[in-house]
Amino acid sequence: MNTPSNGGNISKDSNRTKAWQWLARYGLAVALVLISGILCVASPAFPTWQNLVIVLRQITINGLLAIGVTGVLLTGGVDLSLGSVVALSGVVAASFAHPGEYPLIAAIAAGVLAGAGCGAINGAIVTFGRVPSFIATLGMMTAARGLALVISGGKPVSNLSADFNRLAADNIAGIPVLVLILAAVAVGAWLFLKWTRLGRYFYAVGGNELAAFASGINVRGVKIVAYTACGALAGLAGLLLASRMTAGQPNAGVAYELDAIAAVVIGGTSLNGGVGGIGGTLLGVLLMGIINNGLDLMQVSSYYQQIIKGAIIIGAVWLDKRQRK
Amino acid sequence: MKTESDTGWLLEARGICKSFSGVKVLDGVSLAIARGEVHALMGENGAGKSTLMKILMGEHQPDSGEIYFDGRKVRIKNPHQAHILGLAMIHQELMAFPELSVAENLALGRNPDGAWRQRFDWRSAHREARDWLQRAGFDLPTSARWNDLSVAQRQGVEIARALSMQARVLIMDEPTSALSSVEAESLFRVIRELKAKGVAVVYITHKLDEVFRIADMVTVLRDGRLVDRQPLSKVTPDSLIRQMTGRNIATDFAQGISHAGEILLEVRGLWRRGAFHDANLILRRGEIVGLAGLMGAGRTELASAIYGLQPADGGEIWIRGCLVRIDSPRTAMACGLAMVTEDRAQLGLVQTMNIEQNLTLSSLAKFCIGPFIGRGREREAARQSIVSLGVKPADPDRNVAGLSGGNQQKVVFGKALLTEPDILILDEPTRGIDVGAKAEIHELIRRLAASGKAVLLVSSEMPEVMSLCHRLLVMRQGRIVAERIPTQTTPEEILRLAMPGKEVAK
Repeated sequence: MNTPSNGGNISKDSNRTKAWQWLARYGLAVALVLISGILCVASPAFPTWQNLVIVLRQITINGLLAIGVTGVLLTGGVDLSLGSVVALSGVVAASFAHPGEYPLIAAIAAGVLAGAGCGAINGAIVTFGRVPSFIATLGMMTAARGLALVISGGKPVSNLSADFNRLAADNIAGIPVLVLILAAVAVGAWLFLKWTRLGRYFYAVGGNELAAFASGINVRGVKIVAYTACGALAGLAGLLLASRMTAGQPNAGVAYELDAIAAVVIGGTSLNGGVGGIGGTLLGVLLMGIINNGLDLMQVSSYYQQIIKGAIIIGAVWLDKRQRK
Repeated sequence: MKTESDTGWLLEARGICKSFSGVKVLDGVSLAIARGEVHALMGENGAGKSTLMKILMGEHQPDSGEIYFDGRKVRIKNPHQAHILGLAMIHQELMAFPELSVAENLALGRNPDGAWRQRFDWRSAHREARDWLQRAGFDLPTSARWNDLSVAQRQGVEIARALSMQARVLIMDEPTSALSSVEAESLFRVIRELKAKGVAVVYITHKLDEVFRIADMVTVLRDGRLVDRQPLSKVTPDSLIRQMTGRNIATDFAQGISHAGEILLEVRGLWRRGAFHDANLILRRGEIVGLAGLMGAGRTELASAIYGLQPADGGEIWIRGCLVRIDSPRTAMACGLAMVTEDRAQLGLVQTMNIEQNLTLSSLAKFCIGPFIGRGREREAARQSIVSLGVKPADPDRNVAGLSGGNQQKVVFGKALLTEPDILILDEPTRGIDVGAKAEIHELIRRLAASGKAVLLVSSEMPEVMSLCHRLLVMRQGRIVAERIPTQTTPEEILRLAMPGKEVAK
């Protein structure tokens, strides 16, 4: 095809097109401001420092998962095993966190490594086994959950050291450690995707895998890094969740991957790969967090909350498609 | 008998205008096609040919202008309406259902509204498919899967489908770009038969010789405007090129002189099952070596094996006197090889990235400080490539998806050149690009060889290999069967060597 395909065929009314593009580009930020404004009016409890901290603490887990899965989606894959990996690494970390056994760092390392291991296996199955990522990670979703149950014997791993339990509860200079961790991971991921060679390769592999291969990129390596990093972040999220709950719960994190993927997609990262980034993902996570929080404050039943969240996810993707047409 | 119009044209478009995001692609273009005429539509890439055809096929709506079919004013809102009117198009990139059989593909395009309620009648589907294929002049097993067909066979199915839909105007967009000479010949025969049946054929091509062989009329577009519409008897190749480009380009390319030096690449007994056997070749510094042959002779496969895209099963590759093992493009590039692949969309470009990111994709490590990309260095390199290759628009931030074929190809070239290769493999480097860009790319290839690179050129265009190459290797049925010097041979001899003879290979 040799026609210019950059504008699509909605040039009839270019002003309208521009409005749509603007909306799709800044729509998320606008929605965030708009919804925050409404919540400020609707609930006096919303615009308080205390509540802001609560929101930020609540989005940490989803934020870490969403950042990890952004990388996987950019390379054109998907990771459905996140929720189970959260549970598994929470249980593993908790097993190393009983008082007086190992130093705190061992528990942290065990949790992150458990997650990274699951991710690396996902990556290996997808690349060397040529199994579609949907299936490979679906398998991991079941297997990791099973492993978590085996390790814990089906019961929460509790009696954890005070140090471990403080991880998710402490503040540094008035800011929760959880939030600081999320911020550090977000900055790191943004730097990685925007400014490093390997980060650029994520986009290339997701944009056109064959062309990336023909350009001399180690496509398998890039994908394995993406899945492993995603798993490691899920591991981190899992141990932080265990710390927050003061126990490693083998049944924690069910369906967490769906919230994470939803936030990423709301943030404009394409499910087809190659398009998107961390900035959008953070906005998506924040938007979902604020909506959750606002609906809680307004005492909307959690049943209705699910319906509203579903509508928002579909609306965001519809808007995105509309702009790309 | 339908009411004959005052104009007498079968298909007429008047004053068609079309813009994409503010860029005028068609500016008051008119087109008039008579019954039973082969009408060539020519123009450089980006001249607006494909857009005009997509408007006729209802894939795009014109901003202004009128279309008349059989004397009646029509509005073609979608491809389905175009089909009902009797317009059909054989696409540049053919579209079908790859997992379905020939018969199913034929039946699907044709079925009337509400067909989903009926049972699929296999027997009649196969019978009708055979029937239409025969009328289109093709002999194919109707149960073959689309995916297993050659490009020429797929075109045959598309033509049969068009006939089965009672098409009265058949639009062909670069139909021979993926065909061998022999296959092109039989396509021309089919076109002549269609013409005899009163079907009008709109023939889009860059190839001048084809136009002079089969067209009755020619319409030339340039920059979205109509330049001229004239009977073929009134034009010459030179006048057509002038009209298309708005300038003069020498059609007879000068023969470069070889200052061939040391051996850079040597291939010994390379083979891959089902693709090519016992390939031996030598490539010297400063040399352009052509790989000629028919489609399916194994040229692309051999080139891809040397570059590691589809590694060979056995044999040796020596680079600068060292035996190397190439199992991926990455290892090939480490050995100083680079390849410009044939399929720009699939293998050449990352469509979601901009010009700069595509250009530097293979050589990104050069612009890095540790793991970080030096954006300033990257931009500088991209700028230089854009200027030296003449990529238009010269904007590194522009997305590659919106570029014309020629400019996309320049970006793919630029990407390969930024790796500073010693050995450059080019697979159909000018396929589907316009005359002006083609001449620029030919010049570039000469310059690269003169600067001491070794070039392996796979091309189906005889004038291209004859004028560019210092040596020519002819492949036939997976084997290199002959070597010739272009000045001491003729296109006819090369073609004869390339055609499978009576003797069984092997």
